Amino acid sequence: MQLSRFARPYEADRPPAYPLQVENVFLSFGGVNALSDVSFTVGVGEIFAIIGPNGAGKTSMLNCICGLYRPQRGRILYGSTNLVKSPPFHLPRLGIARSFQNIELFSHMSVLDNLMLGRHVHMRKNVFSALLYWGAAQREEIDHRRFVEYVIDLLEIQNIRKQTVGALAYGLQKRVELGRALAINPSLLLLDEPMAGMNAEEKEDIARYVLDINEEWGVTIILIEHDMGVVMDISDQIAVLDFGRCIATGTPAEVKENPDVVRAYLGKG
Amino acid sequence: MASEMQCGVFHETYKSDMQVRPTTMQRARIVLAIVFALALPFILGSVEMRIVNGVVIAAIGAIGLNILTGYTGQISLGQGAFLAVGAYASGLSSVYFGFPWWLSIIFAAFVTAAFGMLIGIPSLRLKGLYLAVATLAAQQIVQWVIINWDPIDGAIDGRTTDALNIPNALLFGNPEWRLNNNEYAFYFLGLAVLALVVIAATNLFRTHIGRAFVAIRDQDIAAQVMGVSLFRYKLLAFALSSFIVGLAGGLMAQYSTAISFERFTIEVSIEYLAMIIIGGLGTIGGSIYGAIFIVLLPELLRLLGRAITGTDTDSIRAFNSLLPFLQQGVFGLAIVLALIFEPEGIQKLWRNIKDYFRLFPFRY
Repeated sequence: MQLSRFARPYEADRPPAYPLQVENVFLSFGGVNALSDVSFTVGVGEIFAIIGPNGAGKTSMLNCICGLYRPQRGRILYGSTNLVKSPPFHLPRLGIARSFQNIELFSHMSVLDNLMLGRHVHMRKNVFSALLYWGAAQREEIDHRRFVEYVIDLLEIQNIRKQTVGALAYGLQKRVELGRALAINPSLLLLDEPMAGMNAEEKEDIARYVLDINEEWGVTIILIEHDMGVVMDISDQIAVLDFGRCIATGTPAEVKENPDVVRAYLGKG
Repeated sequence: MASEMQCGVFHETYKSDMQVRPTTMQRARIVLAIVFALALPFILGSVEMRIVNGVVIAAIGAIGLNILTGYTGQISLGQGAFLAVGAYASGLSSVYFGFPWWLSIIFAAFVTAAFGMLIGIPSLRLKGLYLAVATLAAQQIVQWVIINWDPIDGAIDGRTTDALNIPNALLFGNPEWRLNNNEYAFYFLGLAVLALVVIAATNLFRTHIGRAFVAIRDQDIAAQVMGVSLFRYKLLAFALSSFIVGLAGGLMAQYSTAISFERFTIEVSIEYLAMIIIGGLGTIGGSIYGAIFIVLLPELLRLLGRAITGTDTDSIRAFNSLLPFLQQGVFGLAIVLALIFEPEGIQKLWRNIKDYFRLFPFRY
């Protein structure tokens, strides 16, 4: 794949997008029901927010989608693939990427290398050509570097690309983690609290990136976020979780008016 | 030279940006190192060359271990066992199959890689100290097999021996260049293998495979979500690491007239861990610096002792009885000091020195 032939590199090697159908997912740890009978559908190209109080099962839901948790019952369909049955490392090949709530970057690697890991699943060269770093293997690295630079430009992190990730400020680390997920060139992006612990300006930046990714690249986004202002502004659809149950789904306007949601999470104000 | 003072390095292509040694100074340094390595045998006598050859073998082994432990984060206490498998695979294939030395070393590398993958299987479930204990089991099993299984000691016709005798190996078939007799012949062979290993390992960590190894070390769950199959890449790390350690083991065997289990005990495993910790975990250069340090340390102590005791026979004898304890003590002290003052090892120390001179006379 010659990425350089594409004006917009994300057109080159992105897997096809499908709606994500979560059907009656049930997950428990011992006696604790983390998720009970959760169902919702995320349409292609949507920004879909999952909200709810702490411990409601939002992150558990994402972990189920990306194969880190195995629900006891239910299906999560992406196209014809049941994600409940596929191992986590298979997800980037389907075009699903995620970021983590607590930053889980490769802290001893540079920003560039972290982002290059996003390209991992797109790289084909075997270990023997890697040991030689000759011809094709080198060209492959350079080709994917081009994609990574495209992501770096989008997220405006040019000045830190050679720095070790562990030494960066928190807000930048969050941005690098978004970049790493984006480097996979996903058709579905799962973001777990991308704005947690940020100030208003940094939040605006991230919101802008999320909108750019959604509109320019056409990536479907599932977002967990506690800042209701941001959630209501940017999302197309919202699902509300409370004690592992999905108590409401709908547009921001619908959810805002739902009495169950107001009681469980939003409060009167 | 004003043009060599760096106010910044600027690249116009990704290719030049992704070079390992982009600046002229860095290239000059590596040329200097190569010239020095090639000049060594013309400066040193055969006694000193024996020590240098020890360094070369240790450096190859340390690079192998560093790929597994330093880069991939899989702690291994089985280095001695891996070396033993390499050495005995090489020795036994020479004795029983009549393999020429070069074929037996390559054979040893493949056998050790297969053995390493076998030992690596538990690594999918076991992490950190638990994996270390699993590799310790491998160490003990290999040692037990060597001691107790007679054919391995070359006891072909009912003789019982403690050591496996290695047939003479001739470089380019020249009887002058016997590997286990001619320090100089072996040095050039060892140096060539070391150079190949350094190049291959450096290249590996410029590509997605090497990055996947480091990702597993830093954050294995995130690595999985990025599409890295833990099982596959951990096994690959074990295979590549043991392949290189197998080369070192094979070289050890061909460099000796006989091999026995004493050279592959748990102490050897710990010594190699010390090399990569003192040299610098997760660096190729650090593996070499660490190997130099750990191999030279006891020799330097010996020389120092000689200088202090002079020619008086009594004090020489007293010193010689003290030497093993002194060596062990200093060895331990070196590890502790390295961990306290520069946990990132000699490699980091060297980088600090370079940075200091690069920015001189400014401090920032």
